[in-house]
Amino acid sequence: MKILLSGNEAIAQGAIQAGCSFYAGYPITPQNEIIAYMAKHMPKKGVFIQAESELAAINMVYGASAAGVRAMTSSSSPGISLKQEGISYIAGAQLPAVIVNIMRGGPGLGNIAPAQSDYFQATRGGGHGDYHLIVLAPACVQEAYDLTQTGFDLADKYRIPVMILGDGILGQMMEPVEIRRQKTENRKQKQPIKPWALTGCKGRKPNIVKSFFLREGALEEFNLKLQKNYEIIRQKEARFEGLFLSDAKVILVAYGTMARIAKSAIFELRKEGYKIGLIRPISLWPFPVNAFRHPSIVNRHPSFLVIEMSYGQMLEDVRLAVGGRQQVEFFGRSGGGVPTEGQIMNKVKKILS
Amino acid sequence: MKKTFKHCQSLYDLPTHYCPGCGHGIAHRLVAEVVQELGIREKTIGIAPVGCAVVAYDYWNFDCSEAAHGRALAVATAIKRVHPRNIVFTYQGDGDLAAIGTNETIHAANRGENLSVVFINNAVYGMTGGQLAPTTLLGQKTSTSIEGREKKAHGYPLKISEMLALLPGVCYIERVSLHSPPEVLKAKRAIKQAFENQIHNLGFSLVEILSPCPTYWGLAPKESLDWIRDVMQKEFPLGRIK
Repeated sequence: MKILLSGNEAIAQGAIQAGCSFYAGYPITPQNEIIAYMAKHMPKKGVFIQAESELAAINMVYGASAAGVRAMTSSSSPGISLKQEGISYIAGAQLPAVIVNIMRGGPGLGNIAPAQSDYFQATRGGGHGDYHLIVLAPACVQEAYDLTQTGFDLADKYRIPVMILGDGILGQMMEPVEIRRQKTENRKQKQPIKPWALTGCKGRKPNIVKSFFLREGALEEFNLKLQKNYEIIRQKEARFEGLFLSDAKVILVAYGTMARIAKSAIFELRKEGYKIGLIRPISLWPFPVNAFRHPSIVNRHPSFLVIEMSYGQMLEDVRLAVGGRQQVEFFGRSGGGVPTEGQIMNKVKKILS
Repeated sequence: MKKTFKHCQSLYDLPTHYCPGCGHGIAHRLVAEVVQELGIREKTIGIAPVGCAVVAYDYWNFDCSEAAHGRALAVATAIKRVHPRNIVFTYQGDGDLAAIGTNETIHAANRGENLSVVFINNAVYGMTGGQLAPTTLLGQKTSTSIEGREKKAHGYPLKISEMLALLPGVCYIERVSLHSPPEVLKAKRAIKQAFENQIHNLGFSLVEILSPCPTYWGLAPKESLDWIRDVMQKEFPLGRIK
């Protein structure tokens, strides 16, 4: 069955489909459809709270997750900055959670136009301490719906906060969505059992949810445990879409909405005879470095052109992945500016000339 | 000889890390005894604050969570909403509950969340070295009010319990003290009331406990108790507020 949904509504519906039974949020444009959708559609046994602040919302998610249920909050850039303390605590307490950021222009209050300028914040942890989020970046409404479900599964599997990173265009845009449950590893049981959850200590030793390690050496030991988890995630959970990689002379690198515009440019350029390809990272952390290091790419020495609605943030990850072996160019606009198909085509032609 | 005193199962049999004369050890034990007497140990979930009492879960023998500084009532709200049959309480200091967490405190109370709050008022920030707290008395010297709290520069001691009593969602507020054995017994009765209210789904209950901090008051343990009796309770009068 297909229904017409905005990206924001698709994320909310995807969450409910994945068994999210706790949502707390605070209004901010351009993601208000998520909080409204959750208020209307949260199942009766679930909990919806409009919190008094972003801080309260993320800490409610911490509490709900500690209590053992699938929990989500959503916001947009300035609100996500406010949530960073809580996200760090969630990472430190090894709690699963899904956090949605429908990015708008910044810094400061910025504006409400679409942007991708929270890439650094999302992929480098964002709050204090050595931690990561899994960051998933959908490029269409169907993918927003599907990846939100994947996000909940990954959050539980690795006991890690997962961020769904979209922009204002994706959030507001409407497209038909196939309503389906994403395949999970444990299809028999809807959600994994959480023996660490706070439910009252009947028949077991007390559970403690904490991120405080005062004894000498204890925090380092814990951090190494986190790092081990991150390494497994790096190996197993990198996701990307590749297009025309076998013959491309210039490979565009773009994610989310920007990748769709890049695709349009690629199809136009190929009509004109230019051999152009695309790497679209779907997981921004872990960054799909192997996509850039495949022998069929490395041996042909294509150039890369990174396109962002920000000023050279994902560019750094592409440079790290390429490791100086190939030329990496950049084109980006931000603060409401969106690179157009024409601008991308011109940039590509300049590289090839 | 007949054994009349038994160690309470809800409290581990451990020495605490608290300074000599600190009130936290007493308050922890009162909470544990109430949990034990009400027979709710196996369904109680405690929220420990950021502050000296962050490791309260090292002493309490039931499920606990830490919360970020000031956010205990947001965390507790969610846990209680997810598990309405469990008994959920927060244990928070004055900085946690009445400075950095004022917003969470007021809104959890205003929503009438069915929670119990144990609020330790010792008029200073203990863990960080005795700085000015929202509840520091006028004239009281701290490491950040060297000449004593002065109303023009620092404002007045914040009476958050009286403020919360105005909210219709709040069912019970009482201020108690640990400065003498009879007051300790009253404090225990108040904590028990706050937990019983939650068991009966009556809404938000808070017990403010005037608690000694000899280290940062610069007083001996016994003098600290006298200071609560003679000075502190004049600013923070004991008794039922709501």
